[in-house]
Amino acid sequence: MAEKDLSADVALAVRKWQKKRGALIMVLHEIQGRLGYVPREIALELSKQMNVPLARIYEVLTFYNFFELEPPAKYVISGCMGTACYLKGTPQIMQEFSRLLGIEVGQTTPDGRFSLTTVRCVGCCGQAPVVLINGEVHSKVSPQDVPHLLAQCKD
Amino acid sequence: MTKLQKEDLEGILQRRRESRRDWIAVGMGSCGLAAGADAVFTALTEGARERGLEIDIRKTGCLGACHAEPLVEVCVDGVPKTLYGHVSAEWVDLILDSHVLLKRVVTRLAVPEIAERLTSCNDRDEPDPGRQYKIVTRNCGAIDPESLEEYIASGGYQALRRCLSDLSPDEVIQEVETSGLRGRGGAGFPTGLKWRLTREAEGAEKFVVCNGDEGDPGAYMDRSVLEGDPFSVIEGMTIAAYAIGASEGFLYIRAEYPLAVARIEAAIRSAKLAGLLGRNILGSDFSLNLEVRLGAGAFVCGEETALIASIEGKRGTPRPRPPYPSVSGLWGGPTCINNVETLANLPPILAKGADWFRSIGTEKSPGTKVFALTGKVRRPGLVEIPMGTPLRTVVEEIGGGPLPGRRIKAVQTGGPSGGVIPAHLLDTPVTYEDLAELGSMMGSGGMIVMDDQDSIVDITRFYLGFCVEESCGKCAPCRIGGRQMLTILERLSEGRGTPEDLEQLRQISKTMKAASLCGLGKSAPNPVLSTLRYFPEEYERAISGAHTKA
Amino acid sequence: MARTTSKTVRAKLNGIEVVVPEGTTILEAAEKVHLKIPTLCKHPDLPPTAACGICIVRVKGTNQMPRACCTPLEEGMEIQTHDPEIVEIRRKVLELILSKHPNECLTCGRNGTCELQSLASDFGIRQQSLPSIVPDLPKDESTRTIVLEPRKCIACGRCLTVCQELQNVWALSFLERGIDTRMAPAGDILLADSPCISCGQCSAHCPTGAIFEYDETEKAWELLRDPDLHCVVQIAPAVRVAIGEAFGYPPGTNLTGKLYAALRYMGFDTVFDTNFGADVTIMEEGTEFVKRFQDNQGELPLITSCCPAWVDFMEKYHSDMIEHFSSTKSPHEIVGVLTKTYYCDRKGLDPSKVRVVSIMPCTAKKYEIQRSDDMFASGYQDVDLSLTTRELARMIKQAGIDFASLPEGECDPMLGLYTGAGTIFGTSGGVLEAAIRTAHKLLTGEEFDSLEFQPARGLEGVKEGRLTILGREVRVAVAHGMGHVEDVLDRVRAAKENGDEPAYHMIEVMACPGGCIGGGGQPYGITDALRLQRAKGLYTDDREREFRRSHENPYVQGLYSTFLGKPLSEKAHRLLHNSYKPKPTYRR
Ligand SMILES: Cc1cc2nc3c(=O)[nH]c(=O)nc-3n(C[C@H](O)[C@H](O)[C@H](O)COP(=O)(O)O)c2cc1C
Ligand code: SF4
Ligand code: SF4
Ligand code: SF4
Ligand code: SF4
Ligand code: SF4
Ligand code: SF4
Ligand code: SF4
Ligand code: FES
Ligand code: FES
Ligand code: FES
Repeated sequence: MAEKDLSADVALAVRKWQKKRGALIMVLHEIQGRLGYVPREIALELSKQMNVPLARIYEVLTFYNFFELEPPAKYVISGCMGTACYLKGTPQIMQEFSRLLGIEVGQTTPDGRFSLTTVRCVGCCGQAPVVLINGEVHSKVSPQDVPHLLAQCKD
Repeated sequence: MTKLQKEDLEGILQRRRESRRDWIAVGMGSCGLAAGADAVFTALTEGARERGLEIDIRKTGCLGACHAEPLVEVCVDGVPKTLYGHVSAEWVDLILDSHVLLKRVVTRLAVPEIAERLTSCNDRDEPDPGRQYKIVTRNCGAIDPESLEEYIASGGYQALRRCLSDLSPDEVIQEVETSGLRGRGGAGFPTGLKWRLTREAEGAEKFVVCNGDEGDPGAYMDRSVLEGDPFSVIEGMTIAAYAIGASEGFLYIRAEYPLAVARIEAAIRSAKLAGLLGRNILGSDFSLNLEVRLGAGAFVCGEETALIASIEGKRGTPRPRPPYPSVSGLWGGPTCINNVETLANLPPILAKGADWFRSIGTEKSPGTKVFALTGKVRRPGLVEIPMGTPLRTVVEEIGGGPLPGRRIKAVQTGGPSGGVIPAHLLDTPVTYEDLAELGSMMGSGGMIVMDDQDSIVDITRFYLGFCVEESCGKCAPCRIGGRQMLTILERLSEGRGTPEDLEQLRQISKTMKAASLCGLGKSAPNPVLSTLRYFPEEYERAISGAHTKA
Repeated sequence: MARTTSKTVRAKLNGIEVVVPEGTTILEAAEKVHLKIPTLCKHPDLPPTAACGICIVRVKGTNQMPRACCTPLEEGMEIQTHDPEIVEIRRKVLELILSKHPNECLTCGRNGTCELQSLASDFGIRQQSLPSIVPDLPKDESTRTIVLEPRKCIACGRCLTVCQELQNVWALSFLERGIDTRMAPAGDILLADSPCISCGQCSAHCPTGAIFEYDETEKAWELLRDPDLHCVVQIAPAVRVAIGEAFGYPPGTNLTGKLYAALRYMGFDTVFDTNFGADVTIMEEGTEFVKRFQDNQGELPLITSCCPAWVDFMEKYHSDMIEHFSSTKSPHEIVGVLTKTYYCDRKGLDPSKVRVVSIMPCTAKKYEIQRSDDMFASGYQDVDLSLTTRELARMIKQAGIDFASLPEGECDPMLGLYTGAGTIFGTSGGVLEAAIRTAHKLLTGEEFDSLEFQPARGLEGVKEGRLTILGREVRVAVAHGMGHVEDVLDRVRAAKENGDEPAYHMIEVMACPGGCIGGGGQPYGITDALRLQRAKGLYTDDREREFRRSHENPYVQGLYSTFLGKPLSEKAHRLLHNSYKPKPTYRR
C-alpha cells in the first residue's frame, strides 16, 4: 500500500470523527471496515493524526475481539458458540469444517482462503445453530450442510 | 418531514388510522433474514406488481416466533388476519393468489396456534393468565420499524408529548418511581431512583446512555426491540434525558448487531428531521442529541463502568464503584445508563400511567419481562410475560414443552451469570427475588432449556469458559480464578475429576464472588454453585469416571 | 478520591471508632487506628487500580466485601478488617496469583524486596494447591536501563498508571485481556523502540520483579578487579540521603562520609562527588541564563537539561523546545569529562586507563552515558558505567562492608568538594534555586541574600515563583513528574504565539516526582513522606556546608582559573556542553 493512500484512508476516518469525544473505537471500526484489519502503519498514522498514544491504540485493538491485526482470509467461517447454538450442535458443525478444510478453529488455510473462528451469539438464537460466512448468517445448520456451504465459497 | 409540534402528533394518529389499507407484513429481523425473509419479501413485491395489487408490503421486526421463520402476516379486508409460517419464496404466489385475490386463507401454511399466542398482546389492557402480554415488544412485528409515521400511528410519542407539556422533570421521575419499574439489564435497580440520583448529582454536563450491548449468549431481546421498534427506545431515552437534565446521549450497541445499528441510525435521522431529536424537541426548549457507539466484541462492556470506558475510547475494563455512574460517569459527568428493554417500557408507562403498569406483574416486580426462550423446546422464540408467571408456563405452554420423546432437565436463566434451575422447581414464579433465591437471577432474559441429553457438567464448563474468555483480566480473582476453575471443570467433564476438585471449586467460587471487582467475576461461579447444589449426582459421576460426555 | 468538602464521617473499624474527613478510604482510615490491611496493587503515589482483591474487608452484618483501597468510608459504617473468612479469601486470592507466577525468588531482581514475596511469607503460604500456569513470555533487556520480565507481572497496573498518567510517556500498556493480559511496550515492540525515556519510575513502583533496573554490578566488579585500571567513582546528590534505607537508617540520613569510605573499601582509586559537577553545571547554566536574560542572546525561558529522561522526553515529544534548552551537560557527565581531561592531566594519568563509574538515583543515566557523541568529549567515553543506588547497596553488601560501623571517609576534593547549591540538585527545585544563587551574583555582582528560595521547594507538581533582579521581574517555574510538564510548556508556547512576554524566564524540569530523590533507581517503597524526608536531608546538608553558592567553591574557581578559563569559554563549550535533536517517538 502506498504511503499516501494510507494517510488518506486514515484522514477520512479521522475527519468524520474529529469533533467527537472518545472516537478511537469508532475510527478503528471504520478502518477495519475498509481494510478488513488494522495494519501497524495505520495504527502509527492514526496515533499521529488523532494524537492518541500508540500504546492506547494497541490496548484497545487487542482488548476487543472484533479487531484484527492481520489480514483476514478470503472466507471467514464463524460458528456461533452462544449457548443456544452450542446446545444445538455448533461443536459438531465446526468439527466437520475442520475435517474438510484440514485446519483447527482459530487457523487459516495455507492458501489464505478459509479461516475458522467462533463468535458468541449473533442474536439469531432462535435459528440455532447458526454459522456466519463473511458475516452472512446461515441458520439451522447441520453437519450435513457443511460441504454445501463450502461449495458456495467459489473462486 | 417538517419539524413536528405537539399538536401534529394527533393528526398523524388520525390520518393513519383512517387510511389503513390492506397489508402484508414480513418479519425481517436478523433471524428472519437469516431464515430467508429477504427472498420472500422480494417475491411478494414482484408478485404484487405483476398482479397489479394495491397492497402495502411492509418489513416488520421480530414477531418472536423464531421457530416458524420466515413469517408473513396478511391482513386483507374480508379475510381473517392470518399468520403464515415457514414461508419460502415458492409459496408466495399461492399466498397472493389465494389469500389476497381469492380471499381464501391458505390453511396448510397458516400457523394459527402461534398467531393466537402472539395477538394476545397489547390489544387489551389486561394480561390473560398463561399467555404472553406485550408491552416492550408491542410494536415488534406489528409496524414497519423504519417508519416514524407508523410508530406515531401506533401511539408513539404520546408519552414524550405528555412529559414535555404536562410534567416537570421531577414529576416524570415521580411517575417512574411510582410505576415501580426496575432495570431490565440484570440487576433490577429501580429506574426512577437511578434517575433521581442522576438528576440530583452535580455536574455541568449529564448524559443518558442506552445499554444495547446484550452480550449474554443465547439472548436477543434487546436486539429484537432495537430492530423491531427503534423509535420506542429513542423515545424512552428522550424521556430519560428530559427527566435527568441531559442534552447528550449515546446508544452503545454490539457490533454483532449490524441490522439493529442500521435501524437505530435510520430512526435517529428520521426523529431529527421530524424535530423529535435535536434542538427544541416538539417546540419545547428541551434539546437532545443522540449518537450510536459500537461495541467491539467484549461482553464485559455491558457492565456500566466498562461501557463508559468503551464509549470514551478505552479498554472496556470496569472500575470500582463508588463513584457510581449516576454521580461520575462519561467524562466525569453524571450519567444514567439504562437497558434497551427498560427504556422501551417508558413510553407506555408515561402514556398510560404508573397505575396501569403496576397492575401488571407482581408487587415487587411490576410489568413484564421479555425472554429469549431457546434450547430444547419445541417453540423457541421471543416471549414477553407478566412478571410472576411461573417458569413452567413459559417453557411448557408458550414454548410447547420438550422436544418429542425428551424430558426437560433444567432451565438456565441469567446467562453466564445466572444459575441452572432443575425441572422440579419449574413452578417458581419469574421475579427478581424468586430467581435469586434459587441461586439464579433474572439477568437480561436469556432462558435456555436443557433436556435429558444435555450434560450438566458440560454446560457448566461451557458457561465458565464463556466467562473466562470474556474476563477483562483486570482483577486477579476473576482473571486467574476463572481459568483455574475451568481447568478443573474440563477435567470433570472428561470424567477425570478427583474428590478434591469439588472442594477446590467451592473455594475458588467463594473467593471470586467475594473479591472480584465487577459483576462478571462475582457472578461467574453462579452456574458452578447452582449445579453443584442441584445436580451433585452428575458431579459424582464425573469423579468416579463413569461420566461420559452426553 | 475527591476531597472537596470539609465534612467528616464517623465509623467503626473492628469496633474502634474513627472520625475521618469525607472521602477517606477504608484503607487510609484503618492506618489511623493502627490497622494494616494487606494490599498488593495499591501504591500510595497512585490512584487505586483495584486490581488484586487482597484488600477486601467486610461491612458488618452484610455480605458486602468492598475493597479497602478504593472504597470511601461512609457515615456509620461498621467495618471488619480481619476475620477468619476474610483471611481465608485473601489467602486464596494470593494462591491464585501465585499459581500464575514463577517460583524464581532466588534468582529474581526483587528477591528480598518483593511485595508479593513478603505477602506470601506473611500469609504462610506453604504449598501450591493449584497447577502452575505461568505464561512463556520473553524478557526485554533492549534498553539496557530497564528490564521487563512480563512472566512475573501480576497485572497490578501500577507501572501503567505511572508511565501513562504520572509520566505521560505511554511506553507501557496492557495487551490482550483476561488470563492473557500482559504488560508490554506500545503495541508489542521492544522497550527500546517505544517512547520509553528510561526514567525507571515503573521499576520503582512495580511490586514484583517484573520490572527492574538493568544490573551492571558485575561490570563494576570487573573494572575494579582489573589491576591496570584507575577507577574513579562519583556519587550523585540524591544517593547520599537514600542509600541508608537499604541498611536500616531512617530515610533522609545523610551518609556522604560513609559512602566515601565504603567506595574506597570496594577498591575505587579516586572518589569524587557529582555535587562538584553540579556546581560546575550552575556556573555554565547560570551564565547561559545571564546571556539570554541580559544580552538577549537566545530564547527565554531557559529550560534545564540535567535530567536525561526529560531530555529524551523533550526530543521525542516536544522537540520545538530545543532552542530553549540549556546546552550544559548534566553534573555526572561534567565530572566524567573533567576526570578524563583536567584530572588526568594534573595527575599524569593515561585517560585510556581511567574508568569513571557514577552512582546515581537514576536509571536514565545508564542511557545518558552513551546518548550522543557529545558524551565522548574527552576522546573517551566520559562516564563508563552508571549504577543505581540500589545496585550500589547490593555491592556494598557483596563486598562484605559493615556499613553501619564504618567510619566516615573523605572524597578527593579536586572534583569532589561541593557547595550547598550542588547538593540540593538532588531534589525538585534545587537546580533552579542553585541557579538563582549564582545568576543573581553574575547579574548584579551582589549575593542573593535570602539564599533559600521557598517557592521552588515542596512536592507541588508545578511550582511557580517570581523574584526581582535589577528591577526586572524574573518568572520561574519548576515541574517534576513528566505528566506535569505539558501545562508549563503550553504556557510557554501560548505566550510565544501571542507575541507576549515570555511566560517564564527559567524552568526546571525533572522527570521523577520529587526530583532525583524520588529517582527510579532509589531504594523501594517511595511515598511522598519519604520524598520529603530525603529532601530534608539534602536541605540540611545545604545549610551545613561551608559554602552554599556554586561560584564560591574554591575548587570550581581553581578549575576555571587554571583550566577552563571562564564559563562558556571555547574549552568549556567543547567539554561541558551538548546538543539536542528531534527523535521519532516510535521506532517501529
Ligand atoms: C458483566 C456484565 C454484563 C452486563 N451486560 C449487560 C448488557 O449486555 N446489557 C445491559 O443492559 N446490562 C448489562 N449489564 C448490567 C449493566 O451493568 C447495568 O446494570 C444496566 O445496563 C443498567 O440498566 P438498567 O438499570 O436499565 O437495567 C451487565 C452487567 C455486568 C456485570
Ligand atoms: S429471536 Fe427468533 S424471531 Fe427473532 S430473529 Fe431470532 S430467530 Fe428470529
Ligand atoms: S471481575 Fe473479571 S471482568 Fe470484572 S473487573 Fe475483574 S477481571 Fe474484569
Ligand atoms: S517477583 Fe517476587 S515472588 Fe516473584 S520470583 Fe521475584 S521475588 Fe519471588
Ligand atoms: S527461602 Fe526456602 S526456597 Fe528460598 S532459599 Fe531459603 S530455603 Fe530455599
Ligand atoms: S522507564 Fe519511565 S518511560 Fe520507560 S517504561 Fe518505565 S515509566 Fe515508562
Ligand atoms: S509490571 Fe509490575 S507494576 Fe506493572 S503491572 Fe506488572 S506487576 Fe504491576
Ligand atoms: S529526575 Fe533525576 S533520577 Fe529521575 S530521571 Fe531525571 S535525573 Fe534521573
Ligand atoms: S447462541 Fe448462536 S446466535 Fe445466539
Ligand atoms: S424477526 Fe422473525 S420472528 Fe423475529
Ligand atoms: S490493594 Fe485494593 S484491590 Fe489491590
